[in-house]
Amino acid sequence: MKWKISEHQPGRRRFMRLLGRAIVYAGAALVSVGLMGRRGLAAAIPALSTTGYDWTKHRWGFGVDATRCIGCLRCVEACKTENGVARDAHHFRTWVERYVYLKGEKKPRVDSQQDPGNITASGSEKEYRFDNRYQDAKIEKAFFVPKLCNQCEHPPCVQVCPVGATFRTPDGVVLIDHNYCIGCQYCVQACPYGVRLFNHEHGVTDKCTWCYHRITRGLKPACVEVCPTNARIFGDQNDPESPISKFIRENRTRVLKPEMGTSPNVFYVGLDKEVM
Amino acid sequence: MEALLHAARYTGYVYPNETIILWGILIVIYPYITGIVAGSFTVATFYHVFGVPRFKPVARFALLTSLAFMIFVPVPLLLHLGHPERALNVMLTPHLTSAFAAFGFFAAFYVILVMLEIWFAYREDIVAMARDRKGLLRQFYRALTLGSDEISATTRAYDAKWLKALAITGIVGAHGLHGYVGFVFGSLKSREWWGSDLMPAIFLVSAIISGISILIVLYVLTSRFRKTPIDGACMKGLAYLLWGFLIFAMVLEFLEFANIVYKGREGIDTVMALIAGPLWFGVWVLQVGGSVMAFFILTYVIWRGTQDKHLVVGVTVSAVLVLLAVLAMRWNVVIGGQELSKTMQGLLVYVPPVWGREGVLIVATIFALPFGMLWGLTRLFPPWVPNQGQLPEK
Repeated sequence: MKWKISEHQPGRRRFMRLLGRAIVYAGAALVSVGLMGRRGLAAAIPALSTTGYDWTKHRWGFGVDATRCIGCLRCVEACKTENGVARDAHHFRTWVERYVYLKGEKKPRVDSQQDPGNITASGSEKEYRFDNRYQDAKIEKAFFVPKLCNQCEHPPCVQVCPVGATFRTPDGVVLIDHNYCIGCQYCVQACPYGVRLFNHEHGVTDKCTWCYHRITRGLKPACVEVCPTNARIFGDQNDPESPISKFIRENRTRVLKPEMGTSPNVFYVGLDKEVM
Repeated sequence: MEALLHAARYTGYVYPNETIILWGILIVIYPYITGIVAGSFTVATFYHVFGVPRFKPVARFALLTSLAFMIFVPVPLLLHLGHPERALNVMLTPHLTSAFAAFGFFAAFYVILVMLEIWFAYREDIVAMARDRKGLLRQFYRALTLGSDEISATTRAYDAKWLKALAITGIVGAHGLHGYVGFVFGSLKSREWWGSDLMPAIFLVSAIISGISILIVLYVLTSRFRKTPIDGACMKGLAYLLWGFLIFAMVLEFLEFANIVYKGREGIDTVMALIAGPLWFGVWVLQVGGSVMAFFILTYVIWRGTQDKHLVVGVTVSAVLVLLAVLAMRWNVVIGGQELSKTMQGLLVYVPPVWGREGVLIVATIFALPFGMLWGLTRLFPPWVPNQGQLPEK
């Protein structure tokens, strides 16, 4: 018994015993508090079912036909209004990129609605317009690419959230519990597509949810609703006759940054090699 | 609201949500402080575990330094959170796939461990002070004895044994804590500048050199202040240690950079533009220049067997250079990673604000606090008293 110092040590032994007990009790308290937190989350799930929506019955999907997009930016406008996104040039749940190949240039020129030139054209950060900067240029090829959350099968943002405030629903949408998010912004860093944003006003992360509050009530996402050219396609992949199922079936689609291993659920048609 | 947001200037194309750089200098200072914790603990273990007697003069001071800085590690993180009041959720409902979720546990474990280690290192002194001091201080030290005031050959052996066992655990703890910080960045595939397998190792080794350096600077400064001669053998030992780990750090950092350049994946042009542009000063002057200069000074000192004043000056200058180089390295990783857009076709430029929660003033204050804490700790637990609370002579 090398650990014993001397025989008369009831004080220290008693202290160790008390310490041991304190640790056990504290541990038990922590675990029960933790369980209560989880139960609170579970309680929120049946509340959804009162709307008659069953999230195990759907598998939402989103399509983008870049050949149809005209860069009118009504989708950006609708999204900001529908979801109360900050009306400035730094917070977007969805955006549109413009790719222009000028004659004689190898790489495209890319900009989006937040570009200072475009803000000057629209007159304010609260309105969205692409300017006419290429009016007199010789253009080889040009197109628009709408961007939004890819609702990945393997979302890196969900992986890195330290408290589990962001999660993937059974119907395939990545959501954030704003009452649980601690605002560390790790998920913003982890998203390869730059679709996550930080809500500076409320101190939490925010992102596109494909208008989850709408789609669970049988409506389309706001951006899909307002798109005048049907460049944005939405539907249930479980339903073979839904617009998205048809879109995926009838086109050769691709996803963004497949090398990331995220398995995105936004399917694109008409992308060029330079689209990132 | 908008006035509070500092939008970054950019060139090329960047995603719209990237224009406000989210992880600012608060997140730069966080791995810097954590690194000092791990590094100074390493020096202590060279005495307590590996039994290198020349580190005896700084061994206990190193433990206090580690604790003083560790106490302030969570501060920049808490200040950075959008909802600091929910911070404890990280420990109550940890999401186990997140690297961040481990932070609370690592940190708590390490703080307790260092406190225990210090307690054993100071037990004899605490018992003596509980006997000799008067008034409130006496009560304080008496409480700290935890009811055990026996000092004998047996208790000394017992303390030494615990000291060693805790230090061995502490090596894992301190280095795990900092290797983990490297993993926080290195495990992200979204950013080319961060997602590297070498990142945890680089963070760890640069942590060790920053810890050794701060000990050198503090040891020299406090010795002058206390008008005590600097222990030449100890200084030389610290120089060897810094020199060895510095070479290791430089090799790792070079390999990391060489990998990025040699593989030359998509967007390599933008990476090169990053180090030629926004990161130019940080990478080439502070990080590379500082490290190389420190390396040459240390090599000269060791090679020529420099003694006394020249030794102290040479090693201290190297230590200051290394401290700057490591701080620059933290900046280059944290800020640089975000200055390189995820589009790989654009660069942003981060300018730290002076005022505000993420401003220079707050960060400077946070970095000054551990020094104040360390001063307080050295008043309560004098680390310089010779021949007490130390390993029994072999």
